[in-house]
Amino acid sequence: MNFDLTEERQMLQDSLRRFLRDNQDALRASTRLGNAENSKGFDANIWSKLAELGVIGALFSEEDGGFAGAGFDLTTVFEELGRAGAVEPLLDTAILGGGLIAALGNDTQKELVEQVIGGEVHLALAHGEPNSRYDLAQVETTAKVEGDDIILTGRKAVVINAEAADYLIVSARESGATGDEEGISLFLVPRDSAGLILRGYALLAGGRAAEVDLDGLRLSADARLGASGAAYAALKRASNRAEVALAAETLGAMEAATEMTREYLLTRQQFGRPIGSFQALQHRMATLLIELEQARSAVINAAGHLETSADEQALQISAARNLVGRAGRLVAEESIQLHGGIAMTEEYELAHIAKRIVMADHRFGDTDTQLERFIDQSAA
Amino acid sequence: MDLNYSVEEQAFRAEVQEFLAQKLPKEMSEAIRLGRELGKEGHEKWHAILNEQGWLAPNWPKEFGGCEWNAVQRHIFEEECCRAHAPRIVPFGLAMLAPVLQKFGSKAQQDHYLPRILSGEDWWCQGYSEPGAGSDLASLKTRAVRNGDHYVVNGQKTWTTLGQHANWIFCLVRTDPDAKQQSGISFLLIDMDTPGIEVRPIILLDGTHEVNEVWFTDVKVPVENLVGEENKGWTYAKYLLTHERTNIAGVGFSRAGLDAVKRMASTQMHRGKPLSENAHFAARVARAEIDLMAMSTTNLRIISRAASGQAPGVESSMLKVKGTEIRQEINDLARRAAGAYAMPFVSEALEGANEPDMGPEGSAAAAPQYFNNRKLSIFGGSNEVQKNIIAKVKLGGGA
Repeated sequence: MNFDLTEERQMLQDSLRRFLRDNQDALRASTRLGNAENSKGFDANIWSKLAELGVIGALFSEEDGGFAGAGFDLTTVFEELGRAGAVEPLLDTAILGGGLIAALGNDTQKELVEQVIGGEVHLALAHGEPNSRYDLAQVETTAKVEGDDIILTGRKAVVINAEAADYLIVSARESGATGDEEGISLFLVPRDSAGLILRGYALLAGGRAAEVDLDGLRLSADARLGASGAAYAALKRASNRAEVALAAETLGAMEAATEMTREYLLTRQQFGRPIGSFQALQHRMATLLIELEQARSAVINAAGHLETSADEQALQISAARNLVGRAGRLVAEESIQLHGGIAMTEEYELAHIAKRIVMADHRFGDTDTQLERFIDQSAA
Repeated sequence: MDLNYSVEEQAFRAEVQEFLAQKLPKEMSEAIRLGRELGKEGHEKWHAILNEQGWLAPNWPKEFGGCEWNAVQRHIFEEECCRAHAPRIVPFGLAMLAPVLQKFGSKAQQDHYLPRILSGEDWWCQGYSEPGAGSDLASLKTRAVRNGDHYVVNGQKTWTTLGQHANWIFCLVRTDPDAKQQSGISFLLIDMDTPGIEVRPIILLDGTHEVNEVWFTDVKVPVENLVGEENKGWTYAKYLLTHERTNIAGVGFSRAGLDAVKRMASTQMHRGKPLSENAHFAARVARAEIDLMAMSTTNLRIISRAASGQAPGVESSMLKVKGTEIRQEINDLARRAAGAYAMPFVSEALEGANEPDMGPEGSAAAAPQYFNNRKLSIFGGSNEVQKNIIAKVKLGGGA
């Protein structure tokens, strides 16, 4: 047993933490609500520096052109992003987009992974649909072969990073019924393709997304990633990695929230003394710290099982996200409550952090969905 | 024990329903139903409609132009307004200042200000909290110094709800800095157009501009704007807080919110079935509903006691705590029901009723409301302060 970070990961954590702290103002400027000038939803300058620091490369294995890529590499990076409240789309461009191309792409397509690692290319996964909720196999969008071409028709919902992406990875059904795991393909679609219509908007917790309409979008057959109808396993794998990363990001945000709350309890004076001297509030702070350590262990469990059997992975991931979802909500709500009105204001950092924590529950399956998955997995 | 409303009360309910069906503009109720912002004009329009009906001031005595309804009637009225998705009445003039003026104000103040509240000529806001005086309100520092026929006011108020629309503010100010905290405070009425007043917006975490900071620099306030006696302001402020709290539990809001959650859940598919049929989600909704049913009766128990003239004690603190917990839980359910569509922040879809939601109906406002309503357990005496009150009464001593 050894719960210490390796030397490499410790260095990664230190340098990323320092970088994010030094660039706090720029990071915050791009996360604020209604920041309409920021059409990408994040700071392009920071993105290139993250690439230079090797942060993107740390999310890929050596085989895929990176230098790390294991579960604990993901959690090391994302915990730091969460602590800083960063909205940079590493999850979308690297873990999901880059991960899927690395898994399914041919040699030509895989050149994009190198560009992702270099910070030159952005990606978005256009997979969820208005009726799919959190079900990965629920794909109604269709792909029809027409001679040498493929025609995509359908709508994709809340596609994060779509406007900034050079390519969208679009899922569509080539065979089978809606809800079948078989029959789903992925296509690499340049964002400026005719028939790809984006309606972009800001997200409440920072960053941007778009509704994507595929209106008879015509692609050549070499836009397909991997074999026809066989993308589900890779999608599942990529979303597993994304869920581990997201849980770690939420953990980092919970650390930030509890640190800010602790600090506030020690300094805010009411009734002639620091409010942290009231036992009623001390106990609540103690509860948050207990839950924080529970969340940390759950994330470690999930990250440590990312290379094990599919069943074990699924069990650990749903456990981690259920626990982090519950503990996260508690930390977000209690941190605001223990602060009082000040934490309700957009300019106070905790407000943004609390939104990051709570809104993470709306990606890949919320707390209840994770509970259901865990039950299914335990029974299996 | 009789859980039924009397024949008269039922007739009154029918009359209220009839009025709402006839006079509540459709676009207004639609905006409220979808959780959208109404804006100043919308509030003023609804205010005028109620005034024309003579139902603007349910709690005021008839001599001042009010309805003089008892607590049960007021409850019925509020319940029906929520059910019909009527806008909430901005309470600062009507429900907060007016009772204080009616009880402690001079004849001249009553004659001047009360009709202007009804007509909508004056929009009042509340100057209580300060950056250093939140839960500990009595530590407020805004200073008013008597100088001949006026006071000179200096200081800062915060969390001033809708202060950007107001032309008057009622303030707690310190007139005797040497007195023990509560006893050196006075209650002043201040014209917002007076030189030296600056209103600065505070943007909340859901992007709304709902509250403000109000800064006072050498603001001259005529002495006739003092309510009651100098240094007795705390008594008036407490009167204001202990009265007019029939709606503190927010039962109507919770009902409307729960209905909206159920509607949204019935349209959202989850694992091949409507979300409303999903065991885990349904269990959450059921728990909230069970809590609400009980609290609704707790609320009525307290209201009917109030209608027979007994002043509520710790019960209003209990209602505040439980009522806000239930409302917040329902807000949480709404954001869960919205799924991925809880994430977008489309400001156009949060105003009026014209822009459709990106996802299911009500989804655009779900997460913003969840975050915005974290305020419910903070303002109006935080839930911790309410629990202190309950504990102090029941356990005594130094809570």
